[in-house]
Amino acid sequence: MIAFILAAALAAQTIVIREEPVAPYVQADANAGASPFKGDGMWRAFHGSDGVARIVDGTVDRLLVDKRVADIFKSHDIERLRRTLNEQLCYILNGGCSYTGRTMQSSHKDMGIQTADLGALVEDMQAAMRDEHVEFAAQNRLLAKLAAMKRDVVGQ
Amino acid sequence: MTSRPLLFGTMLLLAALASPAVANDRRDGGKLLLTGGVSSIDGAAGGGLASWASIAGNETEDGIGGSVHVTYLALPDFDLTSVGGAIGINDRVEISYAHQIFDTRSAGFALGLGRGFTFNQDVFGAKLRLIGDVVWDQDTLLPQIAIGVQHKRADRRAVIRAVGGRESAGTDFYLSATKLLLARSLVLDATVRLTKANQFGLLGFGGDKQADRTAQVEGSAGMLVTRSLLVGAEYRTKPDNLGFARESDAYDLFAAWSVTRHVAITAAYTDLGPVATFEKQRGGLLSLQGSF
Repeated sequence: MIAFILAAALAAQTIVIREEPVAPYVQADANAGASPFKGDGMWRAFHGSDGVARIVDGTVDRLLVDKRVADIFKSHDIERLRRTLNEQLCYILNGGCSYTGRTMQSSHKDMGIQTADLGALVEDMQAAMRDEHVEFAAQNRLLAKLAAMKRDVVGQ
Repeated sequence: MTSRPLLFGTMLLLAALASPAVANDRRDGGKLLLTGGVSSIDGAAGGGLASWASIAGNETEDGIGGSVHVTYLALPDFDLTSVGGAIGINDRVEISYAHQIFDTRSAGFALGLGRGFTFNQDVFGAKLRLIGDVVWDQDTLLPQIAIGVQHKRADRRAVIRAVGGRESAGTDFYLSATKLLLARSLVLDATVRLTKANQFGLLGFGGDKQADRTAQVEGSAGMLVTRSLLVGAEYRTKPDNLGFARESDAYDLFAAWSVTRHVAITAAYTDLGPVATFEKQRGGLLSLQGSF
């Protein structure tokens, strides 16, 4: 019994999410880099917070094994990425979240991101949105908001 | 004729200047599906009939890409084949070539040329992207804008002269604006072309009715149905330079399918209007494109 409890405790411990500290910055929704949609149509099209969580996980999991971009995420704080990406998409889709992450410019600084990396990100995200059965037109409405962030992300 | 190498050199120089100062990794691919357009019959990246501002190939500003195509257009009295390729450098400069074969089949006999008489043409093209990014600039209405030149050399000089054509070679200049409205899943293009070409140049350049270049327009509108399927329509006005046969505008209804990252198939219902006195030249176009 004690062994079982210890094992359960150990198992629980391994899934505790630990983010690495980042330099202080001013939190603001504007850091998300895009204005939110109006109404609840897009939030529903993405199946709310459960859907967005699945899309974020589906995207990040693909990025980590995508030969084109996997190197970028070595020594990168993936837990923080999952959380801030969830917040960013929730904020933009008007799901009622605040975005607490850094600006697109500072969060991508010195990562050496090139246009082709963003192309890979879009494709991985499209695959995750397809898995979630998000309507293609709704996928494109979100991607249009994200695409314009390119100039704050590439070549920083 | 010294202007052509000069223009070409200027384009390469501008491309070099436009390259980023920071040394990025050189890499292949990276462009999103269908955003480089397919291959137009003139060889430039575009729709089937229209040349677009898109640069051929799958490359980004950090690489070199390219495409090859075979296009077959079957009409009631003629058929047109276009074979060619294009190279895209840094998503900035495009160099293209197409060879067109216009088979008159039995119409050749009726025209006194002989059954299966063919008109051939070589099209040498260059295109320079000036401003804008067709894919990523989604927070502005500014399209991707490019200028291009297509030098065309037709082979049937004697026939061209006999039907009133003035020259068997000519150069088109065009300005093209292409925009992906991603939030609406729409791709739009508008192109203005200064040209003397009779039936794309196959029947020569300039004629007894009109000798000089005229401004013609090309437009495409397509909708992304899935990320790999674009359906739409195109319109292309043509000069009407020759007295012996009326020439009118062309249009098509197309579906372009990106089968894989490297292979695209385009099918279109195409109407070229009357060609060399034969009315209602409407038929099917099928194009296969490979790209890297």
